[in-house]
Amino acid sequence: MKRELIKFFMFAVLILVAPLALDGGYLLNVLVFVGINTMLAVALNLLLGYAGQISLGHAGFFGLGAYLSGILTATYGMNPWLVMPLAALIVGILACLIGFPILKLKGHYLAMATLGLGIIIYIVFNETVDYTGGPSGLSGIPNLSLAGITFDSDFKNYYLIWGFTLAVVLFSVNLANSRVGRALRAVHDSEVAARVMGVNARLLKVQIFTLSAVICSLAGSLYAHTITFVSPASFGFNFSIELLTMVVIGGLGSIYGSFLGAALLTLLPEFLRAAHDYDIIIYGGLLMLMVMFMPGGLVRGVPELFRKVFKRKGGAGHA
Amino acid sequence: MLEVSGITQIFGGVVALKDVSFSVSKGDITGVIGPNGAGKTTLFNIVSGIYTQTSGAITLDGKDVSGAPPEYLTRLGMVRTFQNIELFNAMTVRENIMVGRHTRSSSGLLACSLKMPWVLKEEKRIRTEAEKWMEFTGISDLADVTAGNLSFGKGRLLEIARALAVEPRIILMDEPAAGLNSQETFALAQLIRRIRNMGITIVLVEHDMELVMDICDRIVVLNLGMKLAEGTPREIQENHEVIAAYLGED
Amino acid sequence: MQFDQILQYTLSGLSTGAIYALIGIGFSIIYNSTGIINFAQGEFVMLGGMLTLFFVNALQLPLWAAIPCAVLSATVGGMLFERLAIRPLRRPTPLNLVIITIGGSILIRGISMLLWGKDTHSLPPFSGEDPIAVGGATILPQHLWILGITLVIIAVNKFFFYHTISGKAMRACAYNSRAAGLVGIDVRRMVLFSFVISSALGAVAGIIVAPLTMTSYDVGIMLGLKGFCAAIIGGMSGGIATVVGGLILGVLESLGAGLISSGYKDAIAFIILLLILFIRPQGLFGKAESERV
Repeated sequence: MKRELIKFFMFAVLILVAPLALDGGYLLNVLVFVGINTMLAVALNLLLGYAGQISLGHAGFFGLGAYLSGILTATYGMNPWLVMPLAALIVGILACLIGFPILKLKGHYLAMATLGLGIIIYIVFNETVDYTGGPSGLSGIPNLSLAGITFDSDFKNYYLIWGFTLAVVLFSVNLANSRVGRALRAVHDSEVAARVMGVNARLLKVQIFTLSAVICSLAGSLYAHTITFVSPASFGFNFSIELLTMVVIGGLGSIYGSFLGAALLTLLPEFLRAAHDYDIIIYGGLLMLMVMFMPGGLVRGVPELFRKVFKRKGGAGHA
Repeated sequence: MLEVSGITQIFGGVVALKDVSFSVSKGDITGVIGPNGAGKTTLFNIVSGIYTQTSGAITLDGKDVSGAPPEYLTRLGMVRTFQNIELFNAMTVRENIMVGRHTRSSSGLLACSLKMPWVLKEEKRIRTEAEKWMEFTGISDLADVTAGNLSFGKGRLLEIARALAVEPRIILMDEPAAGLNSQETFALAQLIRRIRNMGITIVLVEHDMELVMDICDRIVVLNLGMKLAEGTPREIQENHEVIAAYLGED
Repeated sequence: MQFDQILQYTLSGLSTGAIYALIGIGFSIIYNSTGIINFAQGEFVMLGGMLTLFFVNALQLPLWAAIPCAVLSATVGGMLFERLAIRPLRRPTPLNLVIITIGGSILIRGISMLLWGKDTHSLPPFSGEDPIAVGGATILPQHLWILGITLVIIAVNKFFFYHTISGKAMRACAYNSRAAGLVGIDVRRMVLFSFVISSALGAVAGIIVAPLTMTSYDVGIMLGLKGFCAAIIGGMSGGIATVVGGLILGVLESLGAGLISSGYKDAIAFIILLLILFIRPQGLFGKAESERV
């Protein structure tokens, strides 16, 4: 387990040092969103990569957190630091309640059901205009502030967001390498055998679904306070698919893979500015290519590719 | 230790089991045999909680466990292996066995995420136990191999090691010798005896007659969903109805 | 709440319901032959309408020629999809299949957007726009086309699957693909056929509804999901049950939108979907399944 700690430490250092090496600018702003997306991708990976349960509606939980935080702080003037955990609690309870019936479903049916759930949530955001502002969105959401510091610049938001994200990454890595992590993977590989080993598969699935939703809600709250404006468009079906793509590209069942996927999919569109309309094709193409040729994601596929290349170059040496 | 009384199972229109009753004594190795389609695996699935019987009762140490799910039965000390081996293919041999320790450990989701000190201690204990069972079944050299890459024979051993890690009082083995050659079957017989010598009750469904007659203390014969006979190996071997069921009327 | 209003909603609901039924049958056919839920099904519906428009506008074909061309093109698309995306899959786990079909649907949608832009277009109705009075309500000739074509397709479907060798072979693959292979049925070809039929069905559905509801590059998502809902209500049977499922869905949606709220119209279908999946996943008419271990 020491290895895992070292990995995390190196990752954390990389993240914490990056802005200093960058000297501000637009890239820093994008990296803030990499942070949010990493948190979301890790949350989805716990459910999808570890427990093996498909969810195509995760943008919904993200949106719920964002709107709850946005509405309660902007419209009702509540304290953002109180609202954030409150929103997470509400989303958690909702996820738990819906988790029990929805996780009885498997495979395609679960995928469709979560898709439907996500879309219902999106429609609610659009229709409850009095609270959410409807399609035009909700603005005037306050920045977070702590101990006299207001998080209103890219630099400060970077550290705020990534502070939370690093915590989520650490907890997830711990979880993945623990008894519960093994139980999750067991349920994924063979639910019947896991149950025979005494794992309460049903309960575990709901627990991880709830945890995943809570993390998404947290990300949503942070998102709302960072950009001070939310609209339903960010929380629809398209974003759920984007998250799925991040997780698949990075590598299912790999926490750091989720960072890779999130980073790639957040940065790429920025570099392909001109090709903005093409990004939807790229996601679709990437998803398909990944599943066909690198089902383990980049995190496993790239090292394997290197291994194959080195083997061909006359292999004495590392395996 | 285990009482099966009046188990009847109807699937759609098919009567898979009809009024099957027998008892298993503590510390025995009991074999359940019968021609194909006799209902042996269905019976196993019912006893291990995967199906719920249409009628009848299962009693474990005097406690009625009819309809209880597998995860509950495991906590009561009953575990099973599968005919087609159900391993956690993406996990290593060691990790598979560590899952077997699930009911003997208790660190929850939150504690694991926060890596509380007692979680680390428990993790060490789980690892040590897993190594013990790898040694017992002779697969220590495969500890870090991915389970999906194992040969069938080794996979069988892994499944047994994993079941043993639960520290059960009774193990149900569904055709443990299926797919094994005679050498492996011989080793299996010895392993099963060693398991019994630890005080664990064993029930096995088997087709390999030599193995069954060799190691079982008692045998239950099923045919066409009904119990045909019950007794010691010798009694079963001399039972005309059993012979007729297997070889056809003559 | 006048009777006339309810009648109006019901009638238009029946017509959209017929479309959902057709799409749902497409889902069922593929599912029954392969166990796959083709997330891209809705995109073939979209392609039907968009391709017809293309043939009419860009190639100046008359409507009666454009439609078969569009259906043919969509069908070829379906074949390509099966060949390139589904067949080469090394590990056809449900997750991989979901991802690949989602990826495919996004790709198809994206290419359509690039080729034809984001605008909505309308197809000319097949035989004019004079409303026809039915009771106190009115329907358009296009509604009749929809119902008529749907009935024909259902009849052809039933005949094909129950009275022809190929159709029975496809059903055999659904029940037990290994056994089907053993009796000499080319399972892989049946899989291809199922995609061919489903994409053709989807395209037809898209074409006959386009004159009423306009078409654009992203109509596929909603239509696909609602078609899936119809399929689920019908227990994935692909027969009368799916049709009933589609009709029920269409009518409930129409009534809900008209009588309760139109903004939540789409939500109605998904709430029904969730309820069915939670309470009766085998559909309204199916029998519960038990699994063999």
